[in-house]
Order: sequence, then structure tokens, then C-alpha cells
Amino acid sequence: MSELTLQPNQELEITHIKPSRGWSALNLRDIWHYRELVYFLTWRDIKVRYKQTLLGAAWAVIRPLVTMIVFTLIFGHVAKLDSEGVPYELFTFTALLPWQLFSKALSDTSRSMVSNRSMITKIYFPRLVIPFSSIISGLVDFGIAFVILIGMMFYYGVKPTSAIWTLPLFLILALLTALGIGLWFSALNVQFRDVGYIIPFLTQVWLYATPVAYSAQIVSPKWQIVYALNPMAGVVQGFRWALLGTDLGADAATTLSVSILISILILISGLFYFRRMERTFADVV
Amino acid sequence: MSDTVIRVENLGKKYRIGIAPEKFPTLRDAIANTLKSPFQRIRKSLPAGKKENAADVIWALNDISFTVDRGQVLGVIGRNGAGKSTLLKVLSRVTEPTEGEVTIRGRVGSLLEVGTGFHPELTGRENIYLNGAILGMKRIDIERKFDEMVAFSGVEKFIDTPVKRYSSGMYLRLAFSVAAHLEPEILVVDEVLAVGDAEFQRKCLGKMSDVAQEGRTVLFVSHDMSAISRLTEETIVLEKGELVYRAPTQQAIDYYMSSGFKTGERVWAADEAPHGAEVPPQAAPFIPLALRVKNAQGQVVDLIRSTQPLTIEIEYRLDEPIQALRVGLYLRNMRGAYVFTAFDTDNPEQYQAMATRPPGHYISRCVIPADILNEGRYALGMNASAYRVKRYFQDLRALVFNVDGTGAPGKQWAENRRGVIRPRLAWEINQVDN
Repeated sequence: MSELTLQPNQELEITHIKPSRGWSALNLRDIWHYRELVYFLTWRDIKVRYKQTLLGAAWAVIRPLVTMIVFTLIFGHVAKLDSEGVPYELFTFTALLPWQLFSKALSDTSRSMVSNRSMITKIYFPRLVIPFSSIISGLVDFGIAFVILIGMMFYYGVKPTSAIWTLPLFLILALLTALGIGLWFSALNVQFRDVGYIIPFLTQVWLYATPVAYSAQIVSPKWQIVYALNPMAGVVQGFRWALLGTDLGADAATTLSVSILISILILISGLFYFRRMERTFADVV
Repeated sequence: MSDTVIRVENLGKKYRIGIAPEKFPTLRDAIANTLKSPFQRIRKSLPAGKKENAADVIWALNDISFTVDRGQVLGVIGRNGAGKSTLLKVLSRVTEPTEGEVTIRGRVGSLLEVGTGFHPELTGRENIYLNGAILGMKRIDIERKFDEMVAFSGVEKFIDTPVKRYSSGMYLRLAFSVAAHLEPEILVVDEVLAVGDAEFQRKCLGKMSDVAQEGRTVLFVSHDMSAISRLTEETIVLEKGELVYRAPTQQAIDYYMSSGFKTGERVWAADEAPHGAEVPPQAAPFIPLALRVKNAQGQVVDLIRSTQPLTIEIEYRLDEPIQALRVGLYLRNMRGAYVFTAFDTDNPEQYQAMATRPPGHYISRCVIPADILNEGRYALGMNASAYRVKRYFQDLRALVFNVDGTGAPGKQWAENRRGVIRPRLAWEINQVDN
């Protein structure tokens, strides 16, 4: 075991432990150092997700599909909402995919600190690893459901537009928004378990504030900027635009910029808030 | 240049207990407090309001300073709540100190619990990777060590079975073997050996001493004095969050075993509750006041000659009359073996006479005759109860005293006499035949 013998002059990393005050630096390099842990935790979440279920990964398809059917019946057939010339089923399914990715990522992240409390109270690692890793695992479900979406597009004879390459960008916008809010909530949840009750309520309300079941065009142009404060509105519209070729609206550039700005603002403030609260996590959680 | 790898300076960790940490604070409270806070801020600016309510705060660590050199194996001992685990948590960066500073040279691996992050649905193999990553190992290191870990754990056959199907022993062995193959420069270990069967504990101890021999620095917390003395050369003793003693391990253990019992007298401070809680409220109306060991000259001492009688006094107060009360002693040696149990109303006539003990201030006194106890250390416990009715008060280790064997029977041989008693027996030596 010669590799273990330590040379007296060997360079050792020096750690200073002292009480931190005020706002801490983000120290993203620490996360980079622990990137393998992010990978393993994500991998764990994916492996474990459908363990001991009868239908397994089929759930990734069933959830959006059933929601689509319900929406189609109620909003498409009963309420006869406009779907911008696209079959309503396709119209809403295209929106449901990024939406469900977002809402799952949001609720997973918000609960992540509490559900991993046994790790937090026993071992040191950059705490940001936990919310980071719970953002990513939802992508697998998204991927599975996306195959269904392609099948549906084929069935309805809708060809994706040449802007399909922008899809990952909208995906990233959705995930960053979920991460930003998730960071706030996960840190708050450590101290206030109320967050657990707020999340289902919030995602439900948010669903209706996002043009999943309806077209964003029913919002009057002068309110579009306000509407863009919800980054998910931009994401959903972007998905439809890139895949189905629907209209993005006249002020698309402006509204999208607002959405991105808001999302980044939430993310950065969330990161700092998380880092500030981090030091008491092990004592409080 | 000294080869110090851990330097702890004036370390303090404060916990707030006043705000009931068991209860999760709700958002409503936070909002209410925020609304109230303008007033609190005003109050805080006043000199009287500035002082923090001492009852709400507990210093789990208080002004601790020490250093550890490279390759040293340092033991940490102390009673429950002395701050051992908090110290390890601070050193392993799980929680932040409130004040002071720690400088650490090298990577720290902490073993505060084995199996952290194990997921029951994952197989043994998968959990090794996951747990390794949580403990800070690189994937290539885990791969390199994988076979070694599996061999150490002895669960080869079940390595692809979900760990929820494991017996608790298998689970533990696998968890420990991952942790034991960490290779940090500094290893911080808490009580992990308290679990598992004897065979496995031996294996763990063996692994730990291997680690120490490889020249790595180890901080080892345990209640198991034999493990501490086997693994460590030097030990620090924590008491109520403070570092009270540092010495070679044997000395430190001796200190720890006798700490708080130096004088031959144990006093229960009146009304020390609520947080001392030395005398629980349910002891009332029996209030213990003091327990004393006196020598033949009537001095309170903690060292008694085996050849002299010793007097034991129990001082107490009754706030109300108690029926059928008996106040008594347990005498045990340091291995925990009982030498005797005796009560002040053991004599039936006295018991009849004292059927109801009226309120008042009492001293129950007895004498242990000379030439009974062997040399060594003894623990005195006390008990006040009414048989089959109620136990008012009990403290099994109220006081410790030493017995010196000078002049005792057989002292002409410099050997340790076995046995808890050393009676002076009247031997007759008769020659029955020549």
C-alpha cells in the first residue's frame, strides 16, 4: 500500500473552517469538483424512480397522455378553445411535455434537501449538488414522452419547422427556471415545511397561468409583456413554434428576453439565498 | 516546522434551544416574527435587551483549542452531550462553528455514520458506487477498490441483490467496507463500531488500526474505552462542551472515569433544576443533599485506607412525610460488579419505628468496618425508595472513592489481589502431621 504513505513535504490542500457571515460566494468550482456526485445522485433518482411499479417507465407516457385526453375533452371539445389551426391534442401535448418536465423538476428540487436530510446531517459535500441533481433526472421521462410526441406529429402529418434546433434552448430555459425557484424553495423547506403544501398548489395555479391548455393569443397584446414575466409562457410558446410552426406573437423577441431575464434573476438570487442558508442546514433540517 | 495537520482555535458552537428545535418553525411564525421585529430591534438597542437569554442557548462546544500532528491517532471521550459529535461535525464541515477557527491540512474523510445515502432499492454494487461518491471518492478510485471492498464485506454472493433484501449485518458490513476504503489524509470516526456483532467489530477495529499504521491522522470518538485505549495514544476529554483534559490515553481514561468525583463528597445543589436536572422533579418530596465518604478521623476524603473503617453519610431533606421510606447505598467496583446493597431501614425494628418518616433534614450514616474492601476504585450509588411503591431518587454513580491497600492482609507480596473484598481472616495454621 505504498500509495498511501504520505510524504512529509507533499502538498496538501488547506481548509479553513470558520463561521461565515453575510453572503457567501457561490463557489461553483466546488460543485465542479463534486460533479461525479451530481451524476451518481441523478443516476440513483432515475434508477429508483419506477422500481417496484407494475407499469414502470410507462408512467412517463401515461401522465402526459391522460392529461392530454382530459384537456382535449374539456378545453378542446366542450370549451372549444382555439388551438391555432393545429389539432388540439397535438397542441396541448406539445405544451404538456415541457410543462410536466418543469413542474416535476420544481417539486423534486424543492423537496430535495429535506428528503436527503440523512446525508446532509452526516457528510460534507457542497449542498448545491442535491438540487442540481434532482433537476436533471426528469429529462429521462421527457425523452420517453417526446418519442410519443414525434409519433403523434407523424400521425397528424405535422412537420417540425426548421427552428427545431431551438428546442434545447427552451428546454434549458424551463430547467433553469425550475432550478431557480427550486433553490429558493428547497432552502426555505429546510426551515419551513409549509413549502411542501405550497408546491402542489403553486404548480396547479401556474399551469393555468401558462398557455398549456389554451393559446397565448387570447392574451391581449398590451398584456403580453406582463404575461412574459412567466418564463414558462415563453417556453411553451417556443415549443409550439419550433415544432408545430405556430405564431410566436409580434413582440416575440421582447417577451422572450423578459422571460429569460426573469428566469436568470430568480436563479441567481436563488443561488445566493441557498448559499446563505446552507450553513445552518445540518442544524435545522 | 511542526507537522500539525489539524489546528483548532477557540472553537465554539452555539445551539438555540429556547425556540424548541423539535418543532418545525412555520412560515406563519417567521412572518409574525418579521412583523414583530421592529420592536425587537428597538428592544435590542436598549442596553437591557441586548443580553441574549442564556436559558435559550446551549454551547455544545465552548472555546476548544487543540492541535493534532500528522499520523497521530487522537481519541475523543466524554459523556453524552459533552460535544464529541458536534466537534466531529464541525471538523468534517457538516455544520459551521459559531466562533473560532479550524485549519486542516489535507482531505478529511468522515465516518459519522456508515451507510449514509444507501438506497434500499439499489443493489449492493450500485450502492457501493453511490456511497463512495457521497463520501467523496472518485469513480476511478471506487472501481480500483471495488473488489477489495466486496471481499472485505463478505457479501460477494449478494452483490447484485437490492440491499433491502440484506440482513442488517450484511448491510452494515457492506456500508462499513465502503467507508473503510476511503483514503483521506485525515479520518474522523464517530462510534461506528457501536454496531454490529463482535466478530465484525473486531474486523473494524483491525481496519482502523491498519489505517493508523499507514501514517494517516485519525480522530476517533467512542464510548468504548477498550477500543479507545487499543487504537489511540493520546486522548482528549470533553465535558459540557469544554476540553478539560488532554493526556496519554490511559491517563485520560482514568481522568474521565473519575471526573467529577474528586473530593469524596457529592453535593446535589438545591433547586438546580431546570437545566442541571440532577435531581428530577419527580424525586420530590425526597430531596437529596449530599453523599460523603469519611475516614476514621471524620474527614471527607476520596482515599480510604483498607485497614480503617469508613463512614458513609447520606444527607437529605423530606418536604413531606414519606411512608416506608428506605434510603440506601449501592457499592460497586469499577468493573460494575456489586459489592453490596444496603438500606438504612434494613433492620426490621428500625423499619417499624420509621414507618412514616416525618418531614425534616436527615443524615443517614453507616460504617463499613475495616479490612473489608480490597484496594482499588469503588463507585457509590444511592437510592431512596418505598419498596414496591415508588422510587424517589436513584443515582448509580453518585460518588467514586479509592481504597488504598497499605497494611492490608497479604501486602507483603507486591501482587494485585483478585476479588472485591480483602477481609482480614483469622487463619489457623495447624500442623497435622510431621
